[in-house]
Amino acid sequence: MAIEQGEVEKIAELARIRISKEEIGDVTQRITEVLQMVDQLQAVDTRDIEPMANPLDATQRLRPDEVTQSNRRDAFQAIAPAVENGLYLVPKVIE
Amino acid sequence: MQWETIIGLEVHLQLATKSKIFSGSSTTFGAEPNTQASAVDLAMPGMLPVLNEQAVRYAVKFGLGIGAQISKRSVFDRKNYFYPDLPKGYQISQFDAPIVGKGSFEILMEDGSSRTIGITRAHLEEDAGKSLHEDFNDHTGIDLNRAGTPLLEIVSEPDIRSAAEAVAYLKALHSLVTYLGISDGNMAEGSMRCDVNISLRPIGSKTLGTRAEIKNVNSFRFVEKAIHHEFQRQADILEDGGKITQETRLYDADRDETRSMRSKEVANDYRYFPEPDLLPVVIDDIYIESIRESLPELPVEKRSRFTAQYGLGPYDANVLSDSRPLADYFETVAGECGDAKIAANWVQVELLGQLNRAGSAIEKCPVSATALGALISRILDKTISGKMAKQVFESMWNGEGAADDIIEARGLLQVSDTAAIDAIVDDVLSASAAQVQQYLDSDEAKRKKLVGFFVGQVMKLSKGQANPQMVNELLAKKLA
Repeated sequence: MAIEQGEVEKIAELARIRISKEEIGDVTQRITEVLQMVDQLQAVDTRDIEPMANPLDATQRLRPDEVTQSNRRDAFQAIAPAVENGLYLVPKVIE
Repeated sequence: MQWETIIGLEVHLQLATKSKIFSGSSTTFGAEPNTQASAVDLAMPGMLPVLNEQAVRYAVKFGLGIGAQISKRSVFDRKNYFYPDLPKGYQISQFDAPIVGKGSFEILMEDGSSRTIGITRAHLEEDAGKSLHEDFNDHTGIDLNRAGTPLLEIVSEPDIRSAAEAVAYLKALHSLVTYLGISDGNMAEGSMRCDVNISLRPIGSKTLGTRAEIKNVNSFRFVEKAIHHEFQRQADILEDGGKITQETRLYDADRDETRSMRSKEVANDYRYFPEPDLLPVVIDDIYIESIRESLPELPVEKRSRFTAQYGLGPYDANVLSDSRPLADYFETVAGECGDAKIAANWVQVELLGQLNRAGSAIEKCPVSATALGALISRILDKTISGKMAKQVFESMWNGEGAADDIIEARGLLQVSDTAAIDAIVDDVLSASAAQVQQYLDSDEAKRKKLVGFFVGQVMKLSKGQANPQMVNELLAKKLA
């Protein structure tokens, strides 16, 4: 299976990755090679195999519902680029 | 053309855990910004989520409450999108292996009819933080206290056909989750938030039309208004031969309109994949059964018991079983006074009326259920009339004491002592010789009017305390 350059541009946009015009052809080619490996895997018969959500043969440990974290706002905000009135500031987001 | 409205609702329910779904931060509402945001909630590098058992328990409890399939193995996934109040760049959610599968529950309409609404699924996920767009010139302020609060997203089938049904569904859901104790259901604080999926189709058609999703409808009233508005918008477009665009719209309560919210380059493309930081969640039958045994009597069960046990109509039974505190209150009043129908009437009319006017809730009611029961007993044993009881109730509400004390202190006792009433009747008759003569000279029709005059005089002399039935009987005897 091959991938179109336009699809790569769209995925890059969704993932917020900037790919230059010079690079895009090469990236498209390399993703196509990965997809060709996926094509080989697709040929394997997996009818009786349960989909794997995690490679570890283990299940999720659950923790009791207890508050264990205290307020460390000052420490976290000391390394933030911009804060005001206890809020983290980011460039204006408008919907 | 006649259109049929097809509605599906997605409800985001905040679960009433003490700590967050993947970290040990507190979930208390209203704290100073970012004081309840730990390194996990802030997406600091290397932090790992650890799942809160109580969130899993609450999700299972909900599933059992709607008779749904509980998945013994469920999986968390990453839902990828970029927004500053989502520091990781993805939300941990569940995609194709949610913890709660198909279920259903019954909703009751105001006319007493009921309908069953299907639930497609319910899954666990984390809430995002809050963005504050005002107050900062070129910036948006981010508060991450809410980030990581456990949510149960409850997705209904497109079974809802009107705004009234949507509201009935939300009320029934609210009632269910507060009975189960899995959420405080406080819509004003965002504990229950609703997205509405709505499409139209010509009546009789079997295929679904293109839908719009309306976000940010966070009160029962807004749900109703947003649906009415969106119905009109879509009907106008379709009748002009236009097409509905599948999109997300935002309900603006101030302007009572919906408007397009997301531009198409960020159209729902969340690129879900299994969350590598969490293992599959596996629960067993013993766990599920222990939760099943802890389930309280649910609203639907209570409603049918109220109908059977107390002879209430479906609407009354529905109102009184709406919340556990109200239902318990009603049952205590009914037990105390021994007459469930009068108890039901007093609780619904007088008590809920007062609570509404005071903007208060049953939990904060100044009149206890036993005290109200004692008051109703005084109507039933004819100590006071129903009309006087309302005055006594007002006084009880204002903290003036128990019913019996108020009745005594105000001298409100209804006089049912034959000798006392007899004396008053005699006084009235001897003071009104002219009217008595007029009465004796009159025909049957006119006599009735004159009896009214005598009754009025007796009530006046007795300061309204004479038992009206006895006054009538005595007058009839003496004027014969």
